[in-house]
Amino acid sequence: MRTDTADVEQLATPPAFQRIGFARKFKNNLATTLFAAAFVVAVIPLLWVLWTLLERGLRPVLSANWWTHSFRGLLPNDFGGGIYHALMGTLLQGLVCVVISVPLGIMVGIYLIEYGRESRFARIATFMVDILSGLPSIVAGLFIYALWITTLGFTRSGFAVALALVLLMLPVVVRVTETMLLIVPDELREASYALGVPKWKTILRIVLPTALSGILTGVMLGLARVLGETAPLLILVGYSNAISFNLFDGEMASLPLVIYMERSTATVAGDYRMWGAALTLVLVIMLINLVASLLSKLFAIKTK
Amino acid sequence: MSAPDTSAGKTFRIGDRVFSSVATASGAFVVALIAAIGIFLLIRAVPALQVNQVNFLFSRAWNTANPSDLSFGIIDLAWITVASSIVALVIAMPISCGIALFLTQYAPRGLARPFAYIVDLLAAVPSVIYGLWGYLVLGPVLKPVAVWLNQNLGWIPIFADGNAPTNSGANVFTAGIVLAVMILPTITGVSREVFSRTPTIHIEGALALGATQWEVVRTTVFPFGRNGFIGGSMLGLGRALGETVALTIILSMSTAPPNYSIFDAGATFASKIALGSGEFNNNLQVGAYISAGLVLFIITFAVNAIARWIENTSGKGKA
Repeated sequence: MRTDTADVEQLATPPAFQRIGFARKFKNNLATTLFAAAFVVAVIPLLWVLWTLLERGLRPVLSANWWTHSFRGLLPNDFGGGIYHALMGTLLQGLVCVVISVPLGIMVGIYLIEYGRESRFARIATFMVDILSGLPSIVAGLFIYALWITTLGFTRSGFAVALALVLLMLPVVVRVTETMLLIVPDELREASYALGVPKWKTILRIVLPTALSGILTGVMLGLARVLGETAPLLILVGYSNAISFNLFDGEMASLPLVIYMERSTATVAGDYRMWGAALTLVLVIMLINLVASLLSKLFAIKTK
Repeated sequence: MSAPDTSAGKTFRIGDRVFSSVATASGAFVVALIAAIGIFLLIRAVPALQVNQVNFLFSRAWNTANPSDLSFGIIDLAWITVASSIVALVIAMPISCGIALFLTQYAPRGLARPFAYIVDLLAAVPSVIYGLWGYLVLGPVLKPVAVWLNQNLGWIPIFADGNAPTNSGANVFTAGIVLAVMILPTITGVSREVFSRTPTIHIEGALALGATQWEVVRTTVFPFGRNGFIGGSMLGLGRALGETVALTIILSMSTAPPNYSIFDAGATFASKIALGSGEFNNNLQVGAYISAGLVLFIITFAVNAIARWIENTSGKGKA
């Protein structure tokens, strides 16, 4: 039987700190574990893929001929040969893609930030850039096929591939230009205007140089991404196992295409070349990423 | 806050005119580009659709070898495309959400950035390499899992026997897991962004009321970022729907019609086009593939548009 006094005493002195109940503690720890585990789960495939590449691709990449020869004249079962032809193809197509998409993308970025800000049309353009960044690479390839080959009558070529890569790279360049131009302090622009410098010269001489390192970093990252694209290659260019520097006519190899083509040879030597090409592609991408991070470290923008 | 307008001055500046015209034209070019993609695909698809012998949307046929007798339909392509993307989303969504919460709420300050960079690295691996890895390395490892699912849960239609041998590894199940890895960085990136914008005052409020860290996440961080997370998942879905080469490599093994199971193989919209490149000799034949490409374009356009819309409405009016 409880007495009234005991009841009152209990109410009068509630513990200042209540212990967290077991259930709550357990749930909290469980959640922490699960979230950390999710991160670990994401790291596993990354390490696994890299390990696979090193394990199977290191031998060809370290061989003497790999960087200086092509696959020309190689029988399906022959070991040897090198990736030079595909490396050159990839770099040439990437170069053309950069030459077209970088000026265009920067101008779009300048329009969006310096001229169009908040206008109705700029908002439509921003939306279209978003859509472009979600464009499947195979659709980009099909569009170039419909336009460049079926309608304009050109042949399948490395240049057609570069055009498709432009579609994929353009949104990256626009995005990074926008971001970097927004970081450029308005005081810089105002100081320039105060000195009587016209707007276009202010943009070209003051704003762009300030933002340039960031833009270059973004360009490199975008390039690294599009160089690995395979889908447009399959429909826009034929594969050649010989060296070709001709972007406008005939077949041309590139690293992703080599990987895709060697897969179908189904020989041990084909596997050797395939994994070699895969590791080479990842090395190229890593190198470009490395240059990008060096660029951003060397010329980091100073906002204050 | 736009930059001060200097054009009000009396001096006529030809340079300004030219430069602003070029910039505006570039902006217009991007808009025109999207329109051009739709229009050119449509122009090239219509002639083939006109001579198509079967219903384009609901037929299971795909006979394009003879240009004078085309019959092609997309229902099977749609199934494989949607099934692999759904499997990818089911796997990637909870993991991405967990990673984003871990990176924004749990990871030590100094490590959050490098950890995020590691997840972003997943996006740097080209899809052709994911395809090879999925087919040659992951597929064989997953075989026992696939067989177990098939044997124990086979009474559920989606785990029933597919058109490819369950133990081959070349099925939607493997493809979905590979796709999940590929879209993880997309979903994580967007989610991380919105979760990190949770107002500190909400978190502090919850903590002051005695909430545990999990309760803080459940009651403030997640509700605040929910829309952004869903938007990011839709972006991931858009990416998964359009992925080509990895799925071409993993799924191209079977040509039999699918059984609407996750152990089916076959072709998605994108991989059908990639596999069909050998038939690109005649405008009508190409037109059949372009029709499939047009459907893919329309679907990804819609998914991406909705994703951006959801993402933009996220967290507004709550801060």
